[in-house]
Amino acid sequence: MQRHLISAADLTRDDAVLILDTAEEMARVADRPIKKLPTLRGRTVVNLFFEDSTRTRISFEAAEKRLSADVINFTAKGSSVSKGESLKDTAQTLEAMGVDAVVIRHSASGAPYRLANSGWIDAAVINAGDGTHQHPTQALLDAFTMRRRLVGRDTGLGRDLAGRRITIVGDVLHSRVARSNVDLLHTLGAEVTLVAPPTLLPVGVETWPCEVSYDLDSTLPKSDAVMMLRVQRERMNAAFFPTEREYSRRYGLDGDRMARMPEHAIVMHPGPMVRGMEITAEVADSGRCTVVEQVANGVSIRMAVLYLLLGGNEPAVTHARIEEK
Amino acid sequence: MDTHSDARPVLEGPDIARVLTRIAHEIVERAKGADDVVLLGIPTRGVFLARRLAAKLEEITGRTIASGSLDITMYRDDLRMHPPRALARTEIPGDGIDGRLVVLVDDVLFSGRTIRAALDALNDIGRPRAVQLAVLVDRGHRELPIRADYVGKNLPTSLRETVKVQLAEEDGRDTVLLGVKPDAPGDQR
Repeated sequence: MQRHLISAADLTRDDAVLILDTAEEMARVADRPIKKLPTLRGRTVVNLFFEDSTRTRISFEAAEKRLSADVINFTAKGSSVSKGESLKDTAQTLEAMGVDAVVIRHSASGAPYRLANSGWIDAAVINAGDGTHQHPTQALLDAFTMRRRLVGRDTGLGRDLAGRRITIVGDVLHSRVARSNVDLLHTLGAEVTLVAPPTLLPVGVETWPCEVSYDLDSTLPKSDAVMMLRVQRERMNAAFFPTEREYSRRYGLDGDRMARMPEHAIVMHPGPMVRGMEITAEVADSGRCTVVEQVANGVSIRMAVLYLLLGGNEPAVTHARIEEK
Repeated sequence: MDTHSDARPVLEGPDIARVLTRIAHEIVERAKGADDVVLLGIPTRGVFLARRLAAKLEEITGRTIASGSLDITMYRDDLRMHPPRALARTEIPGDGIDGRLVVLVDDVLFSGRTIRAALDALNDIGRPRAVQLAVLVDRGHRELPIRADYVGKNLPTSLRETVKVQLAEEDGRDTVLLGVKPDAPGDQR
């Protein structure tokens, strides 16, 4: 029985809908005077962050604390833990301390999978982003935001995103958010279109369950949600496009482009935004932009995932594919 | 729908309606007019009972009666013994419960553990003036020092028996069924 959350592709449609429905109830806790539930009392969760992260770590920490778990933050920045052997040592240290779950962010794709399947550790492993591979809780919170906005808070309960057209724009090559979203949105029945310059699309993208386009303007009128990805400046020395201005002109979302989207369509961004690059301030500050909502929804989604993986004697989430052979 | 083939009804639709009317009158009597009453049903069927009670109270008092729901899943003491359960809705009426008389409403009172969890849940939501408990059926076998203030029907049962409440909103009809556990030891005939 799998009790980890490593990839959005592991989730079945029913699992994903259960997580979204649970998150809807968790969201109501945020409206109460005492934002705390006793559900994970006595369980220890370690946030193992080998890579910089502000919002994901804070979001997980808030979710863990709202469920009354004991939280240990482990920031490995500057140490040599990115080497395989050291990950093992770290894992065994945590195992010896008796942790129940590990939330891991790592710059190497596959590190959470390794941790979950190596036998080093008995705890549940939750992937909080690994390299350019996956970021499943981000995909879940994005799907949650879309369902709330496009289907409705209460009418959305029990329903997926069948037939919704989602466009993901930008640096797909380096984006674990894009990968996770393509997997999860496909599972939930949505039609995904990736829009990016050819240089920022990974090899093999034609095998993904989505459409690919190089032309943003023709895609916008057919979109229910447009997700802008951050242009990762730190990687731009590899010259993926000629100039930032050219990228911004062809793939950036400004007010004129937003006006071409359908009336009900929303603009999403996983953050942090680079204003003036992939998104203009006009769009970022408009009522159609859900960035702040996504952050709030992130806490609810992570509470739901923690509850469903740790709340009982076995996880409520089954898995579509068995990872261990 | 009915899995207990040999289950027999102990309360039928009209009985349930009469019982709820009586409980409503008792609430008005004990709460001296039910001015500050908030009815909170425990999902699933407690919520429907709370709504029906609220409607009866409104008939009697001529005032609007606040009613809502209180999901106790996250406060259960047996969470670690089962896979996580799906959550139900907690809906607290707009004015909150601070200083009000909260009447918890559930279908069957058995071990009392659900009510203990409900008291814990209430604690995180506010501070009522008092908390009372109304149940449609009290089947005994308490495991905690908890009793109901308003009981629809006292139903002495053995642990081998099951009590199943069906309500029109959820099950299509109103009835309380007394059956025998299918896998109960000593049930092999």
